[in-house]
Amino acid sequence: MEIVVCVKQVPDTTEVKIDPVKNTLIREGVPSIVNPFDKIAVEVAIQLKEKHGGRVRVVSMGPPMAKDALKECLAMGADEAILVSDRAFAGADTLATSYTLAETIRKMGPVDIILCGKQAIDGDTAQVGPGIAENLGMPQITYAAKIEVNGDTVKVDREHEAVYEVYEVKMPVMITVVKSIAEPRFPTVKGTMRANRAEIPVWSAADINADEKRIGLNGSPTQVRRIFTPKQRSNGEIIQAETASEAVAQLMSKLSDAKII
Amino acid sequence: MAVIVNQEKCIGCSACVPACPFNAIDMAGGKAVINEKCTLCGACVPVCPVEAILREEVERTALMDKTQYKGVWVFIEHEEGAVKGVAHELLGEGRKLADELGEPLAGVLIGHNVLAMASDAFASGADKVYLVEGPEYEHYNTDAYAAAFTDVTQTYKPSSVLIGATNNGRDLAPRVAAQLGTGLCADCTGLSIDPETKLVIWTRPAFGGNIMADILCPEHRPQMGTVRPKVFKKPVADPARKGELIKVASKVKAADLRVKLLEIIQVCTTSCNLEEADIIVSGGRGMNKPENFCVIEELAEVLGGAVGASRAAVDAGWKPVMHQVGQTGKTVGPKIYFACGISGAIQHLAGMSSSDTIIAINKDVDAPIFTMADYGIVGDVMEVIPLLTAEFKKYKAASK
Amino acid sequence: MFELNEDQKMMQKMAKEFADKEVAPGAEHRDDKEEFSRPLYNAMAGLGMTGICFPEKYGGADGDLLSYILAVEEICKADAGIGIALSASVSLCAWPIYAFGSEEQKQKFMVPIAEGKKMGAFGLTEAGAGTDASAQASVAVLNGDHYVLNGSKMFITNASEAEIYVIFAMTDKSKGTRGITAFIIEKDMPGFTFGKKEHKMGIRSSKTMELIFQDVKVPVANRLGKEGEGFKIAMATLDGGRIGVAAQALGIAQAALDAAIKYSKERIQFGKAISANQAIAFMLADMALKVDAARLLTYRAAALKDAGKSYGKEAAMAKLYASDIAMEVTTDAVQVFGGYGYSREYPVERLMRDAKITQIYEGTNQVQRMVISGAILR
Repeated sequence: MEIVVCVKQVPDTTEVKIDPVKNTLIREGVPSIVNPFDKIAVEVAIQLKEKHGGRVRVVSMGPPMAKDALKECLAMGADEAILVSDRAFAGADTLATSYTLAETIRKMGPVDIILCGKQAIDGDTAQVGPGIAENLGMPQITYAAKIEVNGDTVKVDREHEAVYEVYEVKMPVMITVVKSIAEPRFPTVKGTMRANRAEIPVWSAADINADEKRIGLNGSPTQVRRIFTPKQRSNGEIIQAETASEAVAQLMSKLSDAKII
Repeated sequence: MAVIVNQEKCIGCSACVPACPFNAIDMAGGKAVINEKCTLCGACVPVCPVEAILREEVERTALMDKTQYKGVWVFIEHEEGAVKGVAHELLGEGRKLADELGEPLAGVLIGHNVLAMASDAFASGADKVYLVEGPEYEHYNTDAYAAAFTDVTQTYKPSSVLIGATNNGRDLAPRVAAQLGTGLCADCTGLSIDPETKLVIWTRPAFGGNIMADILCPEHRPQMGTVRPKVFKKPVADPARKGELIKVASKVKAADLRVKLLEIIQVCTTSCNLEEADIIVSGGRGMNKPENFCVIEELAEVLGGAVGASRAAVDAGWKPVMHQVGQTGKTVGPKIYFACGISGAIQHLAGMSSSDTIIAINKDVDAPIFTMADYGIVGDVMEVIPLLTAEFKKYKAASK
Repeated sequence: MFELNEDQKMMQKMAKEFADKEVAPGAEHRDDKEEFSRPLYNAMAGLGMTGICFPEKYGGADGDLLSYILAVEEICKADAGIGIALSASVSLCAWPIYAFGSEEQKQKFMVPIAEGKKMGAFGLTEAGAGTDASAQASVAVLNGDHYVLNGSKMFITNASEAEIYVIFAMTDKSKGTRGITAFIIEKDMPGFTFGKKEHKMGIRSSKTMELIFQDVKVPVANRLGKEGEGFKIAMATLDGGRIGVAAQALGIAQAALDAAIKYSKERIQFGKAISANQAIAFMLADMALKVDAARLLTYRAAALKDAGKSYGKEAAMAKLYASDIAMEVTTDAVQVFGGYGYSREYPVERLMRDAKITQIYEGTNQVQRMVISGAILR
């Protein structure tokens, strides 16, 4: 079974803080990590390979340092990694990114399942997976909480509000996964060393025969007009009271005064 | 196209370095230098005190005749025979955009036997409803819905499209945007019109909610965006309002649907339907034991609300993942959000910051949740919550 | 001059992730209840941490000692007791078998430890033989195809958990230190039992017990090295084990420094963070200096061993210095925390209790000074 996982290297947004005085992002010392949802996708891919045989390849579109993220995936047990990197990709929005990754996967050869994380924790768009599927003409299933392969079909439990929807689709298919589907394994020492020694090919825009009008800024219909820090919610109040019942009584009266209840 | 630092103008104050969300600026030889991580977002440009940073504007050749595209459209998402709340919210907000642009507001209704819902859309302010009906649309399905939506869009050419950022909305929108080759902004929390260019300004959170971005789609049409539910208010329904119904033939056949729905597994009831809830009572690690969640459930029941949980509580196995609120869980926007024994990590806040009123109960006065909460009680959740439940029971009895 | 290579950085990162996620959360509980966690050891071993510096054909990953030391340091930052369990198993048991054992012995006893399937321990110390290791009272008498072993060992790390034990006993008292022989003992050998469990000041998550040998029949095939080579094997083993203890002390000290820095920025007195006071800032500066110096000594000793150069003096220096500063830095960390530092609810008092043993075992710091002075006065 040929499985490809799309992986993104992102800043660890849980470590990012806002400078309260300057109202700017403090990114000093914020490490770059594999997008947590993508790591989960890699785990799912490796589990599928362990069960059904085949190959897991990971691909990322990013600057040269994204190789570190790919190495982490190799250390977990992915078989091969490819970095698609080119100055021409700079400024890509989700449409251009989807096109670039789709063309990369097209060059990688026939694939049975493309796995993506639900969303990247920096962009938070959840758009690239479906974009790749559309470019490659594949069906898609998003928010997968469970994946089962039976011959040439895949059965997926999809998280949807208060229910799970169970779908069946013939491969090839693009699936995005949610957090609960798997816990990513720790890389082993041997895996880590093997990954470190691995040669990760870097493909340029020319290598994937990319249409220059569809990559990078040229291929991005959306552009950022400005970035700002969100207004902090104006300070609420902490209720001062001696006992719990007093505090609750005060809260109730404040809520009713403010017409919240 | 690039972002360039004019080395002569640069005074080496490094104010631009922390402004970059991508760590793309280094100081070298006392001057700012932009490295390969630059995504051309332009956040550094306004920060430079001597205007030494320039983002070259690219000459975009007009790709399409934008004047042909008119109309603000809203995807009328529905489930089990009822229009979803977010569709009404978007019609309300869409009405404002349409009025400012002087364009009509329309709904796109795709389904099987859903004609009756069109009047709901008119009541909420739609001038037109494009209706695509057929048994193949009985249940949401990417292939069918995307094909229909793209077809209607290509035929009737709206200038902008709003889709609720629900699971299905976020499944549909990028597929349609890719089919149309146009721009899509995800999970918007703000919408406005730029007075000069008449472009929609899509405002949305990024970096787990740490920053906000204003996005534009200048040259491509339609401009598309998914919008977070429960951010905008539902408009007051005017049942007398009428509109134009335009039936569009379905070009989709059953055989085109590649993904088949086998069954639906009910997991829980109202208690975990966080997306639709008006009140959510949420528990975190500060609840101490899974058994203690019963007080949360009681309060939620009395209030007719849903039960939420922080990632810590879900990871500890105290509550199933369907209840998780946060960046890796669900994004919610209820009228009231009770955060009980939740410290308020940034990833949790990202999931509930759209709540109208946040009430926090925590024994640690320094817990970050208190900086976000409108009301806070510092105390033992096991003491405070049962008291609250009792008070609300009395309150409900009194107001009957 | 000192930059870790890519392999080493990745190893450090991997060990740190594991330590943060799996080791740190239960550390307080394990200390409180004096509980060792075999599942946790197995998880570490399963990922390959017991095999880092052994060749692949012996179940290892062909890494270098420094990579292993980095892993030990990261584990010890989270829980020094778990860290020493790893270090004792690998450096004190698997290593001497790897260095001095026959091919059969390596395959049978050392490979399972490297692969993580079994755990090892080292038994030299006795009630009457601490620094004076030559005063071995345990005796092994040759009787045809086996030795009969009698005696006891004290303060043995990993006792009763380990399946493989490298044990030292006197085979010829008339020869003094040259009459000591090393043996590989297995847990289920009849006559081999465990005595009392030690209740310790620190590293309480590590299991420390007495070993008792009563007419234990040890096949000649289990003798490690030749008769009379035992003392040499023990000393060579401790030389290397020393670097592991230095890494342990380093991890403890770093953890204490990190905690003290964080606390000093958060604790407000007189309207400002206590780190704004020079008294505190200078204390932290001295602590950071000591930790860094200990780090350089430790990594240098590991690098020398990796390069096949002589490392005895440097290993002793690293262990001596790292353990002494660990005691100083953890004490200072408690001081920075003030009253809270004394409370069991904050992590620094445990670090201080954990640090003390590093000045004592695997050669007291007095022995380390003997090694260093011996080397420089040659």
